[in-house]
Amino acid sequence: MTPPTERPLTAMIDPAAGPPDCAAYERAGGWQATRNALGRLAPAGIIDMVTRSKLRGRGGAGFGTGQKWSFVPKEPAADRRKYLIANADEMEPGTFKDRLLLEGNPLQLIEGMILAAYGVQAGHGVIFLRGEYHLACARLHHAIGEAREKGWLGENILGSGFSFDIRVHSSAGRYICGEETALLTALEGRRATPRSKPPFPQTGGLWGAPSVVNNVETLCNLPHIITNGPEWFAGLGLGEDGGTKIYGVSGRVVKPGAWELPIGTPLRQIIEDHAGGMRPGYRLRALLPGGASTAFLDATAIDVAMDYGSVEKAGSRLGTGMAIILDDRTCPIGMIRNLEHFFAQESCGWCTPCRDGLPWVERLLDAIENGSGQEEDMDQLGRHARMLGAPGRTFCAHAPGAMAPLASGLKLFAADFAAHIQQGRCPQQPGA
Amino acid sequence: MLTAEAPLPAPVRAEILALAAREPHPRGAGVAALRLVQARFGWVSTAHLREVAGLLGMSADDLDGIATYFNLLFRRPVGRHVIMLCDSVSCWIMGRGPLCAHLCRTLGIKPGETTADNAITLLPTVCIGHCDHAPAMLVDDTLHGDVDTATLDRLIDTLRDTP
Repeated sequence: MTPPTERPLTAMIDPAAGPPDCAAYERAGGWQATRNALGRLAPAGIIDMVTRSKLRGRGGAGFGTGQKWSFVPKEPAADRRKYLIANADEMEPGTFKDRLLLEGNPLQLIEGMILAAYGVQAGHGVIFLRGEYHLACARLHHAIGEAREKGWLGENILGSGFSFDIRVHSSAGRYICGEETALLTALEGRRATPRSKPPFPQTGGLWGAPSVVNNVETLCNLPHIITNGPEWFAGLGLGEDGGTKIYGVSGRVVKPGAWELPIGTPLRQIIEDHAGGMRPGYRLRALLPGGASTAFLDATAIDVAMDYGSVEKAGSRLGTGMAIILDDRTCPIGMIRNLEHFFAQESCGWCTPCRDGLPWVERLLDAIENGSGQEEDMDQLGRHARMLGAPGRTFCAHAPGAMAPLASGLKLFAADFAAHIQQGRCPQQPGA
Repeated sequence: MLTAEAPLPAPVRAEILALAAREPHPRGAGVAALRLVQARFGWVSTAHLREVAGLLGMSADDLDGIATYFNLLFRRPVGRHVIMLCDSVSCWIMGRGPLCAHLCRTLGIKPGETTADNAITLLPTVCIGHCDHAPAMLVDDTLHGDVDTATLDRLIDTLRDTP
């Protein structure tokens, strides 16, 4: 039994040494969960353990992982075609945690997928990998090959009667592929537009078969939950949620980076202790706590605990847990314009409010930042933030996500917007 | 010499058919097949697109809908090397704007264009997950971080000399 460690996800990751092979992975405690689970624990027992661990999805939405699995029809894998899909389409701006896990320890993801697949009795695994992650792609292919050769993937794993194999789908861009139904549509060789729900993927997913889509970090937690027990995992968190979380900070801090910490670690500790605080000459003005589609929090919110409930109470979302820092020498309007350019460009174009609304928002922000903004532009931005921001007015969560930094920014940076419009220029742009 | 007009080489056709065979429907191999063609030829010509569509039992327009949807699939020729400079938020904060301007001046092209000697195509890209080393970029398959004008200048010289 592996001694419980405070940093289960990253314990085996050593960028200098490269990822562990099957033997090194096993020496460090890997494969033990698979040995304990396959043929020994009932699939329903796995789902129960994961539910009790309080693991919630690490891709951004934060849905309970055990609960997500509970909707999958219960037939054994041999009797019904089902899919377990790892969402490795990490593309949320400011987010670089899954790449760390994919490159650093691909076998951990593979084992997590075996356990998840056994739990929901899926025989087919797919890793949906973004096309830009070339090193991760090579390492995944290598690790899958080795795992197959050693009998961890394939027919009748460990003589348990359970068969499961994994293939890698190298995607070719587009942020929306990370939305789970758009991801399924992309895998079926169509333009990646999200689907109407129901049916939910768990009952009617890839090629119509029951499918579970889980984020890479979520899946990487599973071997540790099965080996050390759900109570151990739940106890790792500092608040309501279970486990550790890979947190990150980018922007003008001393040491940008990513760290595995107990979930619920205060933001201040992440920014000041781990990221080394702000660079000399810069002050923290505001931040996006969990990627581009989370609402701004101002500097006074720095003591928030980084768990799902606390960040929501503070007015934003934990999202991916990767914070982006706005310093006092960067124009907030310029930053929001950059974000909305991203969202406008990455709209799949399927539904009108998103396809036409987001470019409109981008043009308004362009005008304001470039000095030609008008007072009435503010009303138009506010209207978009309200109309597109409310869930249910667009086909998927893309536009509401896009409106999170805008709506919060309109409130938080009202004086900056006004100054841009009154002065007819960006006050923070030298020479403007 | 590889040309974008010739029929696809037999091994490439065979590989595409094998990709299609493992899918519940051949169209599931669409992106993989187009990537395969691009890996070999650098881009996906209309002649090749038609041929792949035929192999997958799709209309050319249907497959072109896929090809033009995904930004990493190129429907126009690119240079021998492709620089993808991240334009997302962390890299923007850390100064990707001036870097892009420097690249454009040095190469004499705008984003989306290829240098006259066909050495380098410059493209913007969304966040490439290297935000702790912003500004970041992909040069072909290699990730570069903490990019500044000096590293860019050295890199451009190297790329121009590499086939």
